[in-house]
Amino acid sequence: MEILKKYPKLFQWLFLLIVFFALCFAIDVPETYKFIRGQAEFVKDPNQSTFVFLGKEVRYYAFDVFWRLPPLLGWLPIWINDSLFFLMNDWMPMEFWNEDTQEYKTRPLVLQITRNLTAFMTFLIELIREILLGGLETIVAFTSWDWIDANPWAELPGLPWTIVAAGSAILAYKLGGRGLAIFAGLAMTYISIFGQWKPSMQTLSFILVAAPLSFIFGLSLGIAAFKSKRVEKALYPILLVMQTMPQYAVLVPALVLFGVGDHAAVIITMIVAVPPMILLTLLGLRAVPPEVIEAGRMSGCNNWQLMFKVLIPTARRDILIGVNQVIMVCFSMAVISAFIGAKGLGFNLLLALNQLNIGLALEAGLCISLIAILLDKMSLAWANKQVDYFGNLNFFQRNKNSLFFGLIMIVGIALAYFGSVYFKGGYNYLFEVPHNKGISTADFWNKGVDWIFDTFFVYIKAFNTWLIVEVLQPMRALYLRMPAIATIVLVVGAGYLIGGIRSALVVCGLTLFIALSPWWDRALVTTYMATFGVIVSCIIGFTVGTLCFQNKHSTKFMLNVCDIFQTFPSFVYLIPVMMLFGITDTSVLIAVIVYATIPATRYTIEGLRSVPSGLHDAATMSGVTKFQRLFKIEFPLAFPHMMLGLNQTIVFALFMVIIGAFIGTEDLGQYILKALSDKKGAGIGLTLGICVAFIGLIFDNLIRTWVDKRKKHLGID
Amino acid sequence: MSEPVIKCESVYKIFGENAETMLKEANGNVDAKTFQENGCIVGVNNASFEVSKGEMLVVMGLSGSGKSTLLRCISRLTDATGGKIFIEGQDLLNLNNKELIDLRRNKMGMVFQSFALLPHKTVVENIAFPLQIKGINTGESINKAMDMVKLVGLDGRENYFPRELSGGQQQRVGIARSLAVEPDIWFLDEPFSALDPLIRKEMQDEFLRLQEKLQKTIMFITHDFDEALKLADRIAIMKDGVIEQLDTPANIVLNPATEYVRKFTEEVPREKVLLIEDVMDSSTTENIGDLKVLRDEIIENVAEKILTQEKTVAVIDNNNNIVGSINPTKIINTVFGGRKNNN
Repeated sequence: MEILKKYPKLFQWLFLLIVFFALCFAIDVPETYKFIRGQAEFVKDPNQSTFVFLGKEVRYYAFDVFWRLPPLLGWLPIWINDSLFFLMNDWMPMEFWNEDTQEYKTRPLVLQITRNLTAFMTFLIELIREILLGGLETIVAFTSWDWIDANPWAELPGLPWTIVAAGSAILAYKLGGRGLAIFAGLAMTYISIFGQWKPSMQTLSFILVAAPLSFIFGLSLGIAAFKSKRVEKALYPILLVMQTMPQYAVLVPALVLFGVGDHAAVIITMIVAVPPMILLTLLGLRAVPPEVIEAGRMSGCNNWQLMFKVLIPTARRDILIGVNQVIMVCFSMAVISAFIGAKGLGFNLLLALNQLNIGLALEAGLCISLIAILLDKMSLAWANKQVDYFGNLNFFQRNKNSLFFGLIMIVGIALAYFGSVYFKGGYNYLFEVPHNKGISTADFWNKGVDWIFDTFFVYIKAFNTWLIVEVLQPMRALYLRMPAIATIVLVVGAGYLIGGIRSALVVCGLTLFIALSPWWDRALVTTYMATFGVIVSCIIGFTVGTLCFQNKHSTKFMLNVCDIFQTFPSFVYLIPVMMLFGITDTSVLIAVIVYATIPATRYTIEGLRSVPSGLHDAATMSGVTKFQRLFKIEFPLAFPHMMLGLNQTIVFALFMVIIGAFIGTEDLGQYILKALSDKKGAGIGLTLGICVAFIGLIFDNLIRTWVDKRKKHLGID
Repeated sequence: MSEPVIKCESVYKIFGENAETMLKEANGNVDAKTFQENGCIVGVNNASFEVSKGEMLVVMGLSGSGKSTLLRCISRLTDATGGKIFIEGQDLLNLNNKELIDLRRNKMGMVFQSFALLPHKTVVENIAFPLQIKGINTGESINKAMDMVKLVGLDGRENYFPRELSGGQQQRVGIARSLAVEPDIWFLDEPFSALDPLIRKEMQDEFLRLQEKLQKTIMFITHDFDEALKLADRIAIMKDGVIEQLDTPANIVLNPATEYVRKFTEEVPREKVLLIEDVMDSSTTENIGDLKVLRDEIIENVAEKILTQEKTVAVIDNNNNIVGSINPTKIINTVFGGRKNNN
């Protein structure tokens, strides 16, 4: 009792837990309830109840309201879908001139707009792709097929790989010095020699279109938000949801609006990549010291001059970090977009995984990782590079990089020409190493996988069975056993205890949306998988982080490792786990754990590092031991930052759980995957995406509110 | 006397949502406490003063006293809530955006506490920035900026970036930039507060040298009373948004208007601030010795000479006319005593 008087909060939490468990035990599982698997939900069943809203009929299994809320929002996906179809096919038909048939044709406005947008994107992508790989679509776009038949010389030949590789090395040298240049050269050469040139360049061309467009949109919106509070307020909720929305949930509506292919992928990539750019632009502009703005004003700048000559150059670094983010998001989307038919490395990876050809998948994955690291390092180097004065250099020093590149062009073309003579009749390896004609290590890896399976199969299987039967199944059952009302009480109560009535209301709204959607059970399964992943990740991450923090070198090493691992698109993580554990829930969970451990470790280290050194010295001088210092000083102070790490861990885990559907899980992700192949899936996909985003946002809201309070209490920033 | 360059008539700056209506209701009787209870913070409270051409007005106050806010009202970086401000007769608050920009491009220069240099431009580019904003072409603006570089003694470093300079050097760039358009009015917002004491003294001397040459109309903000005494023609002491006293350094030291001002003057070495004319008797007595001292001499410089005299010392002006007299005991009283019973 003494302890309760001392900590009144503890009492409140205990009370909340007691209410929660009381509800759990008081409400029995209805006899008819069973977790419905797969297709069964689409089968008409006389036991189902129905309701009609906005003309949409929703069928569902009715339970006691305390056990499961009726899916009152069930009409939403159908309605979104129908609205989209109406917009695309029936709304505002107009006459448009058709160039090919030379006559007017009636088409709905939205369809026309999306088709034009699509054509424009396709043109851009083809243009870049043909510069890198050669082709004739661009020329045809300006002339005609007949003309190109008559003038076959006009076909773009594409750049020989030697030039692209050397060019990227020169660019890397300019941005980041010799080390980066060597890495760039080696990576590109590796890609070429191992026969991944074509898909890599396809992926690269995708990024070269998507990233600049996202940058422009993100920067403009960021500026608009900086200038007007109203714009910022309007953008904020969208930004918040987009940050926790699993990337491939947005693929589904894109499919409906823009069809299948690279162009649809580019447009949807922009939607995902613009939010971080907006945020970082806003952050950068906000961080410009007020006196610099005043200095600009007193120099007589008008608004335009102030923005482009003072604010943006001063916020250069933050904006370029935004560019880095944009590039990385574009890259990971380029891989995931394979699901809606984007060409490139992602497509090869998907194909290989579908055929369970782990060797091929590993090769593609390695290329993806290499390009990811290269792009990340190069854009970061650009951000951290400071402007230099070059007025006192002569012409040659100033232009040595371009001159050198010119030289490389000539040498490269000469080599390619030499190759065409030398490899007469065969493949010109000095021009382009064709896909699958390079050195392949796939067989080696496949044999390796077979060997692992042969040798360790017993152990892996035993571990697998143990994990599923002893840990996962009971945990899952526990999650599903929670009555809806108990879950809501728990979440809302936590919201109230942490952030007061406001937090409670926000969290309540988010939870209700999921509870009233038709996928509450699935959401519970998603949450259970994420929870398991997060718990294990946090234990590993906090331990590893704390251990590494004890030594300066290991700290640096670990942060570097985190950096590199974070650049890989999440999809890549599925390759090694499938290689070891085959197609099971265990694989997904292990991928989740590996992926989510990155932020847990990073934030632990950063949090511990942020403890002021003065405090460290003061503690040492009062004669604490290493452990006392860790537990009395460093952990309490670093804890808020570590909790932000937990927040990131949850987001990462959710992303991975959803992508894990590709291997086969029974949660929300499975439905998103299904929606991808469903013509009427747009509404379902979007609603599911929002559900996942809301799960993330519930935790985000709780953790952030707590951290803010705690930080204020401790007096940290 | 000609028209004042800067003229403020009961200027108010109040932060908060319904500041304007509250100010109207207060009817010229603003009480910071009642305003604070209603969610408004009073930055500047009824400030009226004039600055004439070539004069240096130093505004002194501790942090939160509203001195920077006052300066920002006069440069219209923030809009004053009430009152009138005239710059060379123009009503500042009625200027439209274009006229304001014109005014800043041609008439005003400002120096900031944190230097506020553009990190992506070199020294000379930073200085040329206001000129380029004005639309002067690159070659001409760089030439002009190079003159400014020489003026503040940074030649040889014109191609450095701000990150490569020390604090004192960065502030020299800030000063040069604010002077590049040859403004008539020069605002300095705690320009030397971020510098080390030694550098600060050096910069103050440099600043006095510059002002002697340029004769600008200056508003100088500082929280350092010694700095104010050293530089000012007149000092305005602010507290909680109110100007407590506005007078010459000597008068402030000799006759502090309020208890608050007196606290500042207590520790001031008077012999370093006061001039002979501040303490002399304007009546001439018969008992005058041979020694003559100039009326605008600082006491410290002549005290030793006067104190060795037994007779009263004559005070003369530049034309060698006797304008008054001073008794050695008066010097002793000024320097060592009488401080406590001065008010």
